[in-house]
Amino acid sequence: MVISRATRLSLRTLALGYLFVLVMVPLGLILFRTFENGLGAFWDQVTTPASISAIQMSLLIVAIVVPLNVVFGLVTAIALARGRFPGRGLLQAVVDLPFAVSPVVVGVSLILLWGVRGWFGGLAEAGIQIIFSLPGMVLATIFVTLPFVVREVEPVLHEIGDDQEEAAATLGAKRWQTFWRITLPSIRWGLAYGVVLTVARALGEFGAVLVVSGNVPGESQTLTLLVHARYIDDHNVFGAYAASTVLMFLALVALFLMTILNRKREDA
Amino acid sequence: MSTVVQARPEGGARRRGRRSRSYGGGVGPLGIGVATLWLSIIVLLPLAAVLAKSLEGGPAGLWDAINAPSARAALILTVAISAVVALINVVVGTLIAWVLVRDEFPGKGFVNALIDLPFALPTIVASIVLLSLYGPNSPIDLDLYATKPAVAIALLFVTLPFVVRSVQPVLMEVDREAEQAAASLGAGNLTIFRRIVLPALVPALLGGAGLAFARAIGEFGSVVLIGGGIPRETEVASQYIAKQIEIDRPESAAAVSVALLVIAFLVLFVLRLAAARTQRHERG
Repeated sequence: MVISRATRLSLRTLALGYLFVLVMVPLGLILFRTFENGLGAFWDQVTTPASISAIQMSLLIVAIVVPLNVVFGLVTAIALARGRFPGRGLLQAVVDLPFAVSPVVVGVSLILLWGVRGWFGGLAEAGIQIIFSLPGMVLATIFVTLPFVVREVEPVLHEIGDDQEEAAATLGAKRWQTFWRITLPSIRWGLAYGVVLTVARALGEFGAVLVVSGNVPGESQTLTLLVHARYIDDHNVFGAYAASTVLMFLALVALFLMTILNRKREDA
Repeated sequence: MSTVVQARPEGGARRRGRRSRSYGGGVGPLGIGVATLWLSIIVLLPLAAVLAKSLEGGPAGLWDAINAPSARAALILTVAISAVVALINVVVGTLIAWVLVRDEFPGKGFVNALIDLPFALPTIVASIVLLSLYGPNSPIDLDLYATKPAVAIALLFVTLPFVVRSVQPVLMEVDREAEQAAASLGAGNLTIFRRIVLPALVPALLGGAGLAFARAIGEFGSVVLIGGGIPRETEVASQYIAKQIEIDRPESAAAVSVALLVIAFLVLFVLRLAAARTQRHERG
């Protein structure tokens, strides 16, 4: 298609205008509101005890969720890519399920399974509290982040095939040796990409965690819950903006890493 | 539970005979068992608990819970706004993808990266960000707080990447020679777009729109601050579910959850079928 300069310019203006109004201006405005009283005011809001405890809580959840998702995500990806077994198609579909489930429904489902009156309510009666405490928030976060590692690693496994793995096995390598020396090095960028997506989503998850958390400031509040509580309960709009800016900064770091890893993957 | 899980892959491996040795990568039947168990505990069992809860009062109870006036209003509103949002995404998403693929301008790389931001940005931040511009303290005096357009804007924000990212790669692959041939035969730009470019894009458009719709009907975080959650006005289904849990009515929360799940699956399934059909049509 040869498009006249005028049409080209007006299409470009429309597209950029949409992005400007929907994304750029609101983001810029939040940054402006956060820093219009200077860095000191922002820093005061970010270092309150409730805020520090929320940051620690978010990081703690990430620290628990990421290793679990890496280990079980790798096992699942390898089983799906290399295994031929009945029910494989079903397993594939289950991996994608979390993408189609509303975060709130995730929270509700966990309450109905692990809550006092749920199927595993015996645990709560035995004094092991899952819902309205850290384990519930971890389970909710694992649910929503489960597909990322699997979905980033599995296509790479298909692409590299299993010739090298079989060669290593023929030469007498143990399964672990094959995994560490052959499989892991070739999937490392895909795995890293999956981990970045997992971290970003784990830090940002709100709905699922809100439903299963006790939401007690300084105790069971993540950064996203803090934003919500400051805005709704405390009417501390500026504090909510400040915490949002921290989360926005983390999202930008994730985006930056994603761009770099994409380039690495294309080179590899 | 675990015995059932273990038995299945072993049976599969035996049937396969010699090839079962090429499981490779360090995960054998044990790995398949572990993966199945992991997915069951994390995803399947919780969802099964929701389904069981929703059916506690029988199918009639489920239907009544979904048909309660506020529940029905929330579901209808959610589906209607999500459909509008998906449609807008089809048009604007194609436009943005086209500009990113066929146009050259300074800062294009930055704009391209910007598209992914709604994926990376926490939804509650999206809500507060949009509220700062379209809420009570709006510097442009445009207060949409607790209106349907506000809900739509929030959903448009979080669904921005889906259509763009599914159309963009297809647009890069579109046969430019066919376009040139059509042009040399005297076809106008609109005809070329309608007859050559658009048919190639249809599967990607359907896929992207389906994902955007599925995301929109379940969305919570981005709507929660800016939507206001007024029952039968701006309350979306996920807000209704959260409220039912708060007032301790898990049956009704489970019922609407099941309704949401069914709608999401139906839409994704139908659009996948449609995409497969158009693709076959194209080839044939």
